[in-house]
Amino acid sequence: MSGPAAIGLWGVPLALIGGAIRVSTPYIFVGLGETITERSGRINLGQEGTLVFGAMIGYGVAIMTGSPWLGVAAACACGAVFGLFHGWICSFPKVNDIAIGIAMMQLGVGLAIFFGKPFIEPAAPHLPAISLGWWSAVPQIKAALDVNSLFILGLALALFLNWAFRNTKYGLMLRVVGDSAEAARAMGLNPNRVRLYATAIGGGLAGIGGAYLSLYYPGSWNEGISSGQGLMAVALVIFARWNPLGCFFAALLFGGAGALGTALQSVGVTQGYYLFYAAPYVLTLIIMTATSSRSDSLVGAPGELSITK
Amino acid sequence: MSDKFRVSRRQLLKSTAAGVTMLASGGIEPLSALAAGTLTVGFIYVGSKDDYGYNQSHAEAAATFKKMPGVKVVEEENVPETNAVVETMESMINIDSASLIFPTSFGYFDPFMLATAKKYPKVEFRHCGGLWTKADPANTGSYFGYIGMGQYLNGIVAGHMTKSKKLGFIAAKPIPQVLLNINSFLLGARSVDPSITVKTIFTGDWNLPVKEAEAANALADQGIDALTMHVDSPKVIIQTAAGRGLYVCGYHVDQAALAPTKYLTGANWNWAKPYHDFIEEKLGKKPLGQFVRGGIPEGFVKMSPLGAMVTPPARKQFDATLADIMKGGFAIIRGPMKDNKGNIVVPAGKIYPETAIELEKMNYLLDGVIGSTS
Repeated sequence: MSGPAAIGLWGVPLALIGGAIRVSTPYIFVGLGETITERSGRINLGQEGTLVFGAMIGYGVAIMTGSPWLGVAAACACGAVFGLFHGWICSFPKVNDIAIGIAMMQLGVGLAIFFGKPFIEPAAPHLPAISLGWWSAVPQIKAALDVNSLFILGLALALFLNWAFRNTKYGLMLRVVGDSAEAARAMGLNPNRVRLYATAIGGGLAGIGGAYLSLYYPGSWNEGISSGQGLMAVALVIFARWNPLGCFFAALLFGGAGALGTALQSVGVTQGYYLFYAAPYVLTLIIMTATSSRSDSLVGAPGELSITK
Repeated sequence: MSDKFRVSRRQLLKSTAAGVTMLASGGIEPLSALAAGTLTVGFIYVGSKDDYGYNQSHAEAAATFKKMPGVKVVEEENVPETNAVVETMESMINIDSASLIFPTSFGYFDPFMLATAKKYPKVEFRHCGGLWTKADPANTGSYFGYIGMGQYLNGIVAGHMTKSKKLGFIAAKPIPQVLLNINSFLLGARSVDPSITVKTIFTGDWNLPVKEAEAANALADQGIDALTMHVDSPKVIIQTAAGRGLYVCGYHVDQAALAPTKYLTGANWNWAKPYHDFIEEKLGKKPLGQFVRGGIPEGFVKMSPLGAMVTPPARKQFDATLADIMKGGFAIIRGPMKDNKGNIVVPAGKIYPETAIELEKMNYLLDGVIGSTS
């Protein structure tokens, strides 16, 4: 192979765009799932555990069946079971959803490590990429624009949720339960049941995010696969003010910011990489501080959410 | 994340059965090991045994003793570098009657292994990579391999195979061992063509799959066409880089199976050699080595077989250099040498073979490496 021509400093914006597309998908799915859950008035911090478990089960099923899509389906189903479990425990009175979430996180990670042992060594079939860079002759651009269909699905889902929250019966039910359980009861809704389903859907989406990690990018299963992305995605939901489209763009931002450190080193800006690696977190702090208010509660926060009550 | 929910069978057993005894006596020496006449050897890994990396290199070596008569192997993986390793060692001693223990991760050494060794003076502890001194307990010691020459050989093959004359190195942290590997890779490549550069990306930690994949992509975008690495589990880097069409040189264990058409060769540990020596010494009731080091000539480090795509000139230089290294005393760090900021870091006339203690304090990247230690 003759090496492609170097693209120099153009590598930085390209890496940021490419990184945003490659790295953001787990954030998108966990973030959208958590948006649904939190809109119903519950927080599920167990998403990190669901993500890691989804990564493991997706990888394992793909190895055993030879089909990465079956892996995604299995990860989604397992994530939904995790969500149901969280929702079921939290339906008992005086149960703290945050504490249960932390327990579920440990459970998910622990189970993934326990059952994931035999899958660390073998290589699973990867999810196919859709090449959106066909118009370009530059191999770097082609590579950056290799998009996974899950990314496109994530975008579609964000658009759909954005519409459905406002314009459908189920969206209204979710929002009513999330903003005032008493109002929901007066309407004849059972808040616990709505939250159970919302947490299950949230878990299922987080499972898909996990399958993306192990089956596409970085495309391998080991215990360190998530590097805390599930937790960051939960923070990202607050950052995006519980707005699905906001989640999508926040996920892109986090993905791109995460690529900054490696991209700068690759073009020769080698000093201070630890600082650049902190970019996503610094960015979050800056935006949260800039948009916070001394007097009002968080704009867009569901009223029943235990952190905002 | 993964460490917090780890309650192993051992710990559970220990806390219920043996815990009380241990607390009361401040640690008792195992008797059953002597009675049974078998030597129980404990191996402790910081990560998973099948990580295609550092931990697998140890586990592969441990596996070679499982059929050795008179030897019983006990293992525990995913043991964090915290008090958890003390618990693991104590349960290996008290429940499995282990009398020779190999904690293989760097952070186990001080204070965990040293403190446990004081408590159990009849158990022998040998640590991988620790800077053991005579002031440490008499039943402890350390062993390690000089793998820099392996990266030098990697560099020779990569130097022959690169067309762009730009190589890459994905590293975890700028510690002396990693810097020596980067510099060795560069020197190997520059022995082929002095115009070759090595672009280095530090990811910041030992196991960050997403950053490692991003680093491989960023290097590919910059026209690098062959790379190697020093992280705990090179699997993701090898798959990502090979997927982008780059040649790769492996590290820790032979990873050719991951990318058969792109895997040139690799610098691999051969821990079975020091383990075999220690176990033989223990079985023969001889004193065990306490500061054991070795490289390619001593059999501590070996190379993956060259891939089919490696060209004849590369093979020729690889074989000739390997033969030179096997003679012992081969030195690649020869003054005068400048670092990549222009400072003289190795004065004229100084020659450091791989055993030189100066190399264990390396804090510079040589001229030709594009990267920074901070």
